[in-house]
Amino acid sequence: MTGSEFVQLSLVPLVIGVLAAIACALPGNFLLLRRQALIGDAISHVVLPGIVVGFLISGEVSTWPMLAGAAGSAVIAVVMIETVRRLGRIEPGAAMGVVFTSLFAFGVLLLEQSDTSGVHLDVEHALYGNLESLIWLDGTSWSALFDGAALANLPAELPRIAMVAAAVAVLTLIFWRPLKLSTFDEGYARTLGLPVSLIGFALVVVASVAAVAAFDAVGSIIVIAMFICPPAAARLMTDRLEHQVIWSVVFAAIAAIGGYVLAGYGPLWVGASNAVSAAGMIAVVAGAIMALACLFGPHRGTGQTVPQEDS
Amino acid sequence: MFETLLDAFLFRAGYNAALVTVGTTLLGIAAGSTGTFIFLRKRALISDAVAHATLPGVGIAFMVLVALGGDGRNLPALLAGSALSAWLGLLAVQWISRRTRLAEDAAIGAVLSVFFGGGIVLLTVIQTMTTGRRAGLEEFLLGATAGMLFHDAVFIAAAGLLVLTLVIALRRAMTLVAFDPGFATSVGISVARTDLAMMALTMAVTVVGLKLVGLILIVAMLIIPPVAARFWSDSTNSVVWIAGLIGGTSGFLGAALSASAPDLPTGPIIVLVCFALFAVSITFAPQRGLFAAMLRYRAFHRHVHRRQGLLALARGEEILDPVTVSVLRKAGLVRRDGVATEAGRAQAARILRDERRWDIARQIHRDEAVINRQDILRPIEDVLTRDEIAEIDRRIGPPEAVPS
Repeated sequence: MTGSEFVQLSLVPLVIGVLAAIACALPGNFLLLRRQALIGDAISHVVLPGIVVGFLISGEVSTWPMLAGAAGSAVIAVVMIETVRRLGRIEPGAAMGVVFTSLFAFGVLLLEQSDTSGVHLDVEHALYGNLESLIWLDGTSWSALFDGAALANLPAELPRIAMVAAAVAVLTLIFWRPLKLSTFDEGYARTLGLPVSLIGFALVVVASVAAVAAFDAVGSIIVIAMFICPPAAARLMTDRLEHQVIWSVVFAAIAAIGGYVLAGYGPLWVGASNAVSAAGMIAVVAGAIMALACLFGPHRGTGQTVPQEDS
Repeated sequence: MFETLLDAFLFRAGYNAALVTVGTTLLGIAAGSTGTFIFLRKRALISDAVAHATLPGVGIAFMVLVALGGDGRNLPALLAGSALSAWLGLLAVQWISRRTRLAEDAAIGAVLSVFFGGGIVLLTVIQTMTTGRRAGLEEFLLGATAGMLFHDAVFIAAAGLLVLTLVIALRRAMTLVAFDPGFATSVGISVARTDLAMMALTMAVTVVGLKLVGLILIVAMLIIPPVAARFWSDSTNSVVWIAGLIGGTSGFLGAALSASAPDLPTGPIIVLVCFALFAVSITFAPQRGLFAAMLRYRAFHRHVHRRQGLLALARGEEILDPVTVSVLRKAGLVRRDGVATEAGRAQAARILRDERRWDIARQIHRDEAVINRQDILRPIEDVLTRDEIAEIDRRIGPPEAVPS
């Protein structure tokens, strides 16, 4: 593959993959430490009814109504989970399971009932995205990166996910201290006067926005993998939150690039002629990184067995 | 429309549809009761990991079948493959949560996303392998009962029956372990082995459900019925049966409904029926439901107003709060002009005495946690013993009437 083909076919999906991975991994660190790791799983299921409703109301596959629907249904889901949990005194995992499966079933039913045959909107697309199709037709060579006309024709997913990734990163930096305090010692954070529940809710909202934007570009399977695998692997590398977040970003980027390259070029190396699903492969690479961290990470132990835990 | 629906309910919508309905009903009962045990062990979402982890197994089984020169669409073989990879996924979850410091929820999320991602990679490989001929493995994502082969339907109904039989056989051990692991050990039941059996049953339910409701929605059949059943009863045994009933009902109604019209997919309809039953439970359950909680709150509210109002009457104070006045008037304790009736004066005297007794009781039990805040709104006779009250009365002196 020549440089120009690379820019045209692979550069944009790679960048989008990396940005989506990072946007999910950043809030994933805090969700992991708060034992809310599966919120990402729940959110990525409930966006389906949201985008279908957004589509039905607007009548076209345009992005903003569908994104709004997705974000709306994520918020509805979070409120429903809290309601079930509080009213029924049900453990959070089960409450989540009730809500996200029901909403997903509702989304599938809506999709089957409505006439979406003429448009590209189906469950499989929602699950594994279409990263490979985000090509940049005008990106005929590296010089296109400096060509305004060509840049204007970049896939719209790129600026969107870039904006969201930047926003997530900036928010994480600004609210670093309150986030860290309320994650590690909620009682102490409360005595300092921090709005602990508000911080918790805001974290979930930011995670939803990241999930919805990433979902739009890469499908839900990468979203779930990136919320959990890079932060979990990073957690086994260090005891310091600062280092953990940096590790998780590095892991997320490696998974996105490695997965994309393996999916696109890997089959060619072993003599096959067709690429495999990039979304699936990115999740697999993230899993491989996590498996390595589980086996060899310096801080992998359970606390009783690893003495440096106390230092 | 109504007639087709009735036909479906009475198993008259065709031989396959009837078998599918039987299969989903049995599966629903098995899923609901199995789910109760993992719900009580607070591991409900482990079923999510198990379900997603089936996908690579389906893909590999298909590829092996094709490599051996077969058709690749042999349902029992595909399900065996899915069971194998689900088991691997389960082992991975347990290994991660035991051997590393990651919590079980992180292990579940990691396993489900990675196995599912791997499965999707395999599906795309299969797509390129079988150009021109659809492998149809996508059906396992959301289930597909339309156009199911006859012997597949028989297989699923039989497997559902088998799982249900196993649940019934292992019911007692699993109840004990879920409810009180310490006691279970003391009567000679191995917790580890029972947990293993529980997981094996979860896996069996998932695998049987793959073709019917799909791997994403089978989780709902394991989680929603026990959560709904929990609202109706506090006893583990009844929760198991109620969950089985709710699961079976949703399986039956869902399959029948979906057989009655062309574009009602079985899996989502079953889950939505299940959710409807859950919504009914959370709203109307007698003790823990929303309605009951609301009524309890209002009764408590009235009780406080009545007591405070009567105390005010007894002390000759004017009652200003309009809610209090209306509560007392409805009970016939005060007249329209706010003056106490005969009954009101008698009640007021009793409440006043009760309040004085409580004052003394609080002094006696100052350092003890005998009296909690809710108790002091109840008549003291309901909380303390007769001897204790006699002692209190000795300190207060004889009762006195409320002046009119």
